[in-house]
Amino acid sequence: MQSDIKRLSLILLFAPFALWLLLLIILPHIGIVALSLREKIAPRVYEFGFGNYIDFIQEPIYWNTLLRTGSMSILVTFLALLIGFPIAYYIAKIAGRRSRGALFLLCLIPLWVSDLIRAFGWILLLRETGVVSNFLQYTGLISQPIEFLYNDITVIIGLVYTVILFMIVPLVSTLDGMGDDMIEAGYNLGGSGFTVLRKIIVPYAMPGIVSGCIVVFMLTAGSYLTPILLGGKNSSWFTEQIYNQFIMRFNWESGATFGFLLLTFTSLVVWLGLKLTGQTLANTVAKS
Amino acid sequence: MAVATQNKALLIGYRAYVVAFFIFLAAPLVAAAAFAFNDSLFPALPWQGFTLDWFFNDTEPKLGMFHDRRLLRGLYYSAIIGAIVSALSVFVGTTNAFLFVRGTFPGKNFFYILMILPLVIPGVILGISILVMASNIANGLEDNYNMELDFLRPGILLVVFGQFSFITTITSLVITARLKKFDYTMEEAALNLGASRVQVLRTVTLPFLRPAMIAAGIVAFLVSFENFNTTLFLVGSESPLTITMYDRMAKVGSTPVLNAVSFVLIVGSGLLALISVVVQRDKSGG
Repeated sequence: MQSDIKRLSLILLFAPFALWLLLLIILPHIGIVALSLREKIAPRVYEFGFGNYIDFIQEPIYWNTLLRTGSMSILVTFLALLIGFPIAYYIAKIAGRRSRGALFLLCLIPLWVSDLIRAFGWILLLRETGVVSNFLQYTGLISQPIEFLYNDITVIIGLVYTVILFMIVPLVSTLDGMGDDMIEAGYNLGGSGFTVLRKIIVPYAMPGIVSGCIVVFMLTAGSYLTPILLGGKNSSWFTEQIYNQFIMRFNWESGATFGFLLLTFTSLVVWLGLKLTGQTLANTVAKS
Repeated sequence: MAVATQNKALLIGYRAYVVAFFIFLAAPLVAAAAFAFNDSLFPALPWQGFTLDWFFNDTEPKLGMFHDRRLLRGLYYSAIIGAIVSALSVFVGTTNAFLFVRGTFPGKNFFYILMILPLVIPGVILGISILVMASNIANGLEDNYNMELDFLRPGILLVVFGQFSFITTITSLVITARLKKFDYTMEEAALNLGASRVQVLRTVTLPFLRPAMIAAGIVAFLVSFENFNTTLFLVGSESPLTITMYDRMAKVGSTPVLNAVSFVLIVGSGLLALISVVVQRDKSGG
């Protein structure tokens, strides 16, 4: 009797989980893989084959865009870690008890502001008639209005800006759990600031670092608004190619191929990152 | 205070860096919000005086956001979608939490990883994959049985599915973390006092989970509200606010009414985020 109830409740709990994953994640992904392996040979006539993937390889624009998106995403992830780590460390370990909570709130509150509004803000600041250009003319540093938008550096700054809080927040949580005594012991044993950072703080914070990096990398590689709005016509972001194939050209087969390639590529990077750092998905992303 | 022994100049430099970072963090948000109050037809300098026209004026060319039908409709659809996604994902998040904290079944670790996966799939791909599946089903039914199923075409339902598919992972993780802290002896005590299992769940366990469920619900609502990538592929004629705003920016160019919307969204989402933090902190007991 007791074990029957247990089994029943287990089934009842498993049902929503299974429905959710099966119907909204697993089957749809099988669907795009199947679609990507379908070649159009005439209107409404299809054949199984790798034609869409061959097209991808034969068209340098496509795979260049994927490589560009991937390498810029890795750069953005690295920059977000480099800029964000000192901030997280300051909040978790150096700030006084009062200001710690306040600073952390300052990071949490804008966390969910839409990419669209962030990009819009940057456009108002950086465009030719924008605030920065105006200000520089006012101070006499430049004589002509300058366009700061539509170049790679602006895209990278915008992307780092959009994702950096997703790096800082898990890092603060991880560093918060580290006792000050560990750091002090490091100093007492004669370690320099750099040695303590490298041998004690970074290894301790590794799950937070990896978690932040994974989330930031995925958000960047999958982002659409920031590169389009700040990079303009020649932003060449891979998600834009997917959008074009799906919505502009109605070429779903090729769009599905691109989608699957993006997923494979990002999964590969994440998997490599986990292997290299000796972490798992369960003890990084799930903990933040 | 481990660094207190290091020299002061370094600390001052460090502080300056932190201050610079927070200025960087605030600058675009301030810019997006501030121009809502500039009495000008363009969101740009020079400053021409303070106005609330971009919120409340009811005539062109300075049509305020609260009189702009399409923006209001976008806001309305966003709110509806957000509420449904939030309710659904908190429900499944809660059952997932019980499943993984209390249940024992073969392959648990594997399924746990599966549960986390949607969070590391790019939103664009979730969007296209659900679009493809829904269209396949709809086309199949139409061709074979002559059935027209409009709800499987891009529209509110698909947007809800698309957002629910990854937001559930977030709510599951938040609620699981809370359930793990639960003290089993509280349930045992209630059972010993003669309560039934359902009573225990209703009066002991769920109240314990409530702060996490509220916080998860708020976060789900916020993520749904600001989502663009997944929504973009699934949207029908009922555009939520981010899509409406994007269309406006792409077609009409930026006008200060978008700044007014930005201001409302920044303040609104900031307040909700604050509530979710406070709710979780107050009752967590440390």
